[in-house]
Amino acid sequence: MRPNIHVKNKVAVVGAGLTLFRRRMLETPRELAWEAASMALESAGLTLKDIDCIVIGTAPDAFDGVHLNGEYLADGAGGVNKPTVRVYVGGGTGVFVPIAAWWHVASGLCRTVLAVAEEKMSPAHPHPQGVFAYIWDPVLERPLGPNLIWIFALEMRRYMHKCGAKKEDIALVSVKNKANALDHPAAQAAAKITVEDVLNSEVLVWPVNRLDISPVSDGAAALVLASENEARRITDSPVWVEGVGFTLDNTHWYNRELGYPRYVQYAARMAYKMAGIERPWREIDVAEPYDPFDYKELHHIEGLMLARPCEAPKLLKEGHFNRDGDLPTSPSGGLLGVGNPIAAAGVMKVAELFWQLRYEAGARQVKKPVHRGVAQAWGDLMQAGTVIVLGN
Amino acid sequence: MSGGAERRLPGHYLKSKEMYSLPGLVEYRPVARYLFSAGQAQSRFLDGLKEGKILGKRCPRCGRVYVPPRSYCEYCMAPTSEWVELPGTGEVHTAVVSYISTFRERMEKPEIVAVIKLDAPGYTKGGYEFAGLFHKLCNVEPEDVISGRAIGMRVKPRWRPPEERKGDVNDIECFEPVES
Ligand SMILES: [Zn+2]
Repeated sequence: MRPNIHVKNKVAVVGAGLTLFRRRMLETPRELAWEAASMALESAGLTLKDIDCIVIGTAPDAFDGVHLNGEYLADGAGGVNKPTVRVYVGGGTGVFVPIAAWWHVASGLCRTVLAVAEEKMSPAHPHPQGVFAYIWDPVLERPLGPNLIWIFALEMRRYMHKCGAKKEDIALVSVKNKANALDHPAAQAAAKITVEDVLNSEVLVWPVNRLDISPVSDGAAALVLASENEARRITDSPVWVEGVGFTLDNTHWYNRELGYPRYVQYAARMAYKMAGIERPWREIDVAEPYDPFDYKELHHIEGLMLARPCEAPKLLKEGHFNRDGDLPTSPSGGLLGVGNPIAAAGVMKVAELFWQLRYEAGARQVKKPVHRGVAQAWGDLMQAGTVIVLGN
Repeated sequence: MSGGAERRLPGHYLKSKEMYSLPGLVEYRPVARYLFSAGQAQSRFLDGLKEGKILGKRCPRCGRVYVPPRSYCEYCMAPTSEWVELPGTGEVHTAVVSYISTFRERMEKPEIVAVIKLDAPGYTKGGYEFAGLFHKLCNVEPEDVISGRAIGMRVKPRWRPPEERKGDVNDIECFEPVES
């Protein structure tokens, strides 16, 4: 590690926990948060009194249907009468949670942080799609009666046009991730499917079919982060946070090239610089790019500079991103396979790197030796990029 | 500790039917009504639509032309003092075929939705960023979107008749191919 930044403390991930990811769960949001948080503490061999500070992440309040959702979750997340903060960048929130936990520790403010993300999308019924109506600009966009899937379809169509990618090339991401998820104990949408299954599923907004999209989910995920001194006391195999990066573009998503996520690239550059990484496509061993839609994984692989622009579909076809490939992506099964409780899905990706880098991922363990991994999430109106680099 | 990921995870899945018979289930429908002002720049833009004009604002420092107009330049933080009228023509940056409504109901007749990159003479930053609008296309078939013929297509606004215009984005009925 050649850090290009001065920090008071080096920071490590020392524990992780997850609930099941499912379409509909009995537990309240705070119960889900408590389940994941307790499991993360237990996996680090700690109790709540060992934790200095709490970071909470959850996407729009409208899903859980509780305003002040961070405050509402605080007790389940272990935050009562501790320094507690909630962070939010839409779908980017999940990876932003460990990033915020990192600066709490790196700054010297806290020695240990419990970082908890939760999302419960099932209260909005019969389908949370209507809740998304409120993210659109009230003056210029809502009068057109938009559906959230429009914007993804527009981006996917642009990517296909710019890169000459076909729907069947992109569907392979869904096939890969859903198959990877067969080995994940939290998985909601694991399946052995074919490209034809994706192409024959319901067309929602062409080019997006139902199986191009991750499911609607409830779930929670948590991590424990600690300063170097604490981490070495807690475990023999800490996983170091080597770099973090985050950027936000504007909400005017129709004023920019949709075929390439500039905001992801900026965030990745920030994280790689901190980690001393110059050639990410060679120096990263395993990646968890954000995959709420199948094309998004390819888009993000390119934004993360793990492939050249428009090169990802070809590498995918060659098996480069498979679990036994040169650069496995979403070995967890991703959002497409494990599920998409928004903020919790991002933390699930970081937890997967934690397990991969400790060689604890069981049947999901990638074939090649791993030293460094990158996880990324995207959010809001095609504008937020959050990136974290971990190493062992 | 084998990474925790291999053990039975907490949480209880509910089937749809079970959800509706839960003890203590509460249904709540929020009542929230808002009046949104369009602001300094967009109010003038909407007045322009009523007159059949697409107006943008130019940054005096970097030359960016903003459509929809902003009161300030996002990059320079300078006021965008100058109004410019755009010709209205442009090209389709991307387009899709929607079979579902805002609330995910199946639609009888699919809609074609697009991002239009507008012609903005004198705007030289035209690579990644551009003046543009999100709108619907007419006289374009789903097949044109699927084959890719619609992408890059030259289009112009189809205006509603002046007496029907209300000063909102629907004063443009849709964008349609220039040759039609
Ligand atoms: Zn400017």
